Amino acid sequence: MIALHEASITVEEGETVTVLGANAAGKTTLLNGISGLVPLRHGTILFNGESIENLPAHERVARGLIQVPEGRLVFPFMSVEDNLRLGAFTPRARVHLKSSLERVYDLFPRLPERKAQLAGSLSGGEQQMLALGRGLMALPRLLMLDEPSLGLAPLLVQEVMDRVARIRAEGVTVLIVEQNVNQTLKFADRGYVLENGWVALSGSAAELGASDEVRKAYLGM
Amino acid sequence: MQLVLQIIANGLLIGGLYALLAVGLTLIFGVLRVVNFAHAEFMMLGMYGAYWLWALYGLDPYLSVFLVTPVIFLLGVAVDRLIVRRSIGKPDVTVVFATLGLSIFLQNAALTLWRADIRSVSTFATGSVFVVGGVRLSVAMTVSFAVALLFALALWIFLTRTMYGKGIQAVAQNRRAAALMGIDVKRAYMITYSVAVAAAGAMGVLVAPIFTIFPRVGQTQIVTIFVIVVLGGLGSVPGAVIAALLVGIIRSGAGFLFGTAWGELAYFAVFLLVLIVRPQGLFGRRGAEVYGG
Repeated sequence: MIALHEASITVEEGETVTVLGANAAGKTTLLNGISGLVPLRHGTILFNGESIENLPAHERVARGLIQVPEGRLVFPFMSVEDNLRLGAFTPRARVHLKSSLERVYDLFPRLPERKAQLAGSLSGGEQQMLALGRGLMALPRLLMLDEPSLGLAPLLVQEVMDRVARIRAEGVTVLIVEQNVNQTLKFADRGYVLENGWVALSGSAAELGASDEVRKAYLGM
Repeated sequence: MQLVLQIIANGLLIGGLYALLAVGLTLIFGVLRVVNFAHAEFMMLGMYGAYWLWALYGLDPYLSVFLVTPVIFLLGVAVDRLIVRRSIGKPDVTVVFATLGLSIFLQNAALTLWRADIRSVSTFATGSVFVVGGVRLSVAMTVSFAVALLFALALWIFLTRTMYGKGIQAVAQNRRAAALMGIDVKRAYMITYSVAVAAAGAMGVLVAPIFTIFPRVGQTQIVTIFVIVVLGGLGSVPGAVIAALLVGIIRSGAGFLFGTAWGELAYFAVFLLVLIVRPQGLFGRRGAEVYGG
């Protein structure tokens, strides 16, 4: 089955770009293709001017291409702190492990309180904070977020989106897939709309927010 | 009282040897999700390695273990490349046939090369015992026991205290997420498999002065090892060590009280009871047998 046909997207350094689309539009496949978790039939991926589509997933991570996956995928039988440490597994990130840890604990004050607890025992919201923190530990050059607010209570959705906005404000380049279109368009610079595996629409966040198609399909207006 | 201590000591010594096999088997399952039916054959190869180095060059097994173990490690690398890696992610039967086929191949390769003759190795320690508080301990068994537990401890420290070890644990808990951390999952599989079979090989060298050596010797042990791994909890290294010691003690106790055949029966009975009460094993996690991510 081909979930994604043709999708040409660009993210410039320092930008926040969002990919919108209904369920099964190919958003997760797009991120997994960029991460190297699923093979690309054809096409190229340029990262910092280097073509990376033939590199295995771990080498893409080593170059700073980081994904916070859908469903969080924390390591359930490991402590919160060990989860964060593993975020800094690559040599590039490991040398800054200590300062990264301070930064993440600063950004997510709930995590240091629970650092010795098993990640699997955290609530959904806390696990999402952990997954975001683990992604930051890798010192991302591009941080890809797949549905960070999925399955969270409204109050927590707000909190997660606030954190993402703060991460973006720190200058991290972000590519975000999010069903919470309204909120995402508030802090994103540009966006793409994916439909059945094709890019149907693209433009600045303001343009997308104003487009009838997006308003009808994703904003319920 | 003396007798009880003696029975416990005998059980612990044999259990410690099982532990070295069980730890590797449980680790391969936990990380690769592969049931390594060929595991005990690497012990058999270790035994033959010890035998030939002793028979041809007069090398003591306590020295040749340092030669044989790295060779078996390299054999593990080759087996991973040629067989194990290719079966990962395939249907369960493929994995079973791959390692079961390897087991049969190795047994028959040994049979062809070295014939079915029963061989044995004797060292300075063969037949010598020492006495602690009235309990008689075989020197060979005690040395092997100590080395086996040291190895299991080293492995445990590696897995829980080093970044790479934690990376291997991460692969066991969720391979997709591990790849997203920048962990080379295939390399983690290779290292895990090779270290685990090297441990089995080392165990083979260490027991060469104790057990008789023949091509199918692995088959006499593998069922016990599987019982230990499931009893301890699939994928749990401490569980495997404790279950191994437990099975050793039960076997030696029941064997003394009711006869050797009852020793086998007794630990299977305990095994079944534990599975009824705690299906995940003593130290296992519920659902550990399910592939996570």
